[in-house]
Amino acid sequence: MIWNEDFETLPREAIEALQLTRLKQTVERVYAMVPYYRESFKKAGITPADIRSLDDLQQLPFTLKQDMRDNYPYGLFAVPLDQIVRIHASSGTTGKPTVVGYTKRDIDTWSELMARSFMASGATRGDVIHNAYGYGLFTGGLGAHYGAERLGASVIPMSGGNTKKQIMIMQDFGSSVITCTPSYSLYLAEALAEEGVNVADLKLRIGILGAEPWSESMREEIEAKLGIKAIDIYGLSEIMGPGVGIECVEAQHGLHIWEDHFIPEIIDPATGKVLPHGEKGELVLTTITKEGIPLIRYRTRDITRIISEPCICGRTHLRIERLSGRSDDMLIIRGVNVFPSQIESVLCQIEGLAPHYQLIVEREDNLDSLEVQVEVNEETFSDEVKQMQELSAQIRKDIKDLLGITCKVRLVEPKTIARSEGKAQRVIDRRQG
Amino acid sequence: MKVEQISIFIENKSGRLAEVTQSLGDSGVNIRALSLADTSDFGILRLIVDKTDVAKQALKERGFTVNKTAVVAVEVPDCPSGLAGILQVLDKGGVNVEYMYAFVERCGENAVIIFRFDDPEAAIKVLLENDVRVLEGERVYTM
Repeated sequence: MIWNEDFETLPREAIEALQLTRLKQTVERVYAMVPYYRESFKKAGITPADIRSLDDLQQLPFTLKQDMRDNYPYGLFAVPLDQIVRIHASSGTTGKPTVVGYTKRDIDTWSELMARSFMASGATRGDVIHNAYGYGLFTGGLGAHYGAERLGASVIPMSGGNTKKQIMIMQDFGSSVITCTPSYSLYLAEALAEEGVNVADLKLRIGILGAEPWSESMREEIEAKLGIKAIDIYGLSEIMGPGVGIECVEAQHGLHIWEDHFIPEIIDPATGKVLPHGEKGELVLTTITKEGIPLIRYRTRDITRIISEPCICGRTHLRIERLSGRSDDMLIIRGVNVFPSQIESVLCQIEGLAPHYQLIVEREDNLDSLEVQVEVNEETFSDEVKQMQELSAQIRKDIKDLLGITCKVRLVEPKTIARSEGKAQRVIDRRQG
Repeated sequence: MKVEQISIFIENKSGRLAEVTQSLGDSGVNIRALSLADTSDFGILRLIVDKTDVAKQALKERGFTVNKTAVVAVEVPDCPSGLAGILQVLDKGGVNVEYMYAFVERCGENAVIIFRFDDPEAAIKVLLENDVRVLEGERVYTM
């Protein structure tokens, strides 16, 4: 079922025409209202009049999370504070949080997009939506709440934590849809099993899961253990909150981005160049209807690719593939995306090996080379050369099997890999400069 | 019947070998025999010393990865075919030699060879059955 047939199934040309109109309006508004954008456009030698086609978006400078921090708390707001009806903030792992403000219309749009998202997941007004996202500064709780009300479903504002109570409410109130993080849904499944609750006795049928990366195998596990359809939802507070995109229950393949409100681009995180549809890179989002804090070309740091093939559900909005990581730590080696976490998972599976490693990337004769340095410890050290060579051969093979790239493995003495403030520097990229 | 050997993981970096020997010297440890196996990236230094535990502790404190392994010290007649005879014995006994190296000192008229076997117990049994002299650890450390 489709919540807003008119907008969700607009022909591509109509979506793009609408995007252009709204993009122009947004660019004009931020140029007039946000000193930061006026300055950054001027630096790039661009005025709003230069935006004549959607391709012209590429001329505009990116907005980074750091720019939001630099303008903390309200510097990027495009309306006076008396028009802001809600303020959210995302937790910053370092320093100050990033702050976002919503006008009445922004909240209205958000509710609409969350209602669309709920319906895309298979939920209807007849559902009892058990909202276990945290209520508070985090956008998850209230975002899902407003969307569930807009849908007309019965929403239980559970928030996170207190699993025993969650289970009781779930049983007694007949929760049929749960919104939470994928990891919490698995935790819940285990808690249900411990309490001796048979999931077949619950009304639960859909999980709308997001706010952290998860894998296809995790989906299978969640679906099997909870007996539900597990639907991936995407959002980030800077852009809106949950409901920027969602999988449709029909395909469960790729998340539709609500393109009448956001323009997605995929860029090469190293060069900033826009990549064609289908190629993997960093997701960049531009808000085109937001009033409180419109963002131009916000670099999400999330790695995905655009799926432009028409979807069986009938929605015409582009999809993004399930997120595969963060560009903060992504390396592209001979065209292959490599995350230090992937290497780490290989090393962790080898018995006795401590995950103390460093990746050295170099370019020789225009060819990238990856060297994985791994610290030897007493458990893995042998007095026989043969054993040590078998160890490095195994690491090399496991990395090749997982990532498809050939690397050189170098065994190094313990504590030779520099550690700063307890956190090791994982990557040394010598390709630049 | 077994002799304790320490092995040290050494990256191919200048000065590392000197650091090992220096820290042993500082701790008053005397090296009795040594062998260095090297690859393009790293080396494995094996040592027989007079004070194994002192040596191991000193090296660990300097941040080296150190292991202790049991090896066998065998007296080998210092004449043509001396070693060949012993290797034949081992071969017939089905014992696998991982590596071996010679001891600096002689034991009377005989040379001493350090053997690393995959199964030292079996090797010692084979050697003794064939009247080959195997040296006690205490004897080797103080030679």
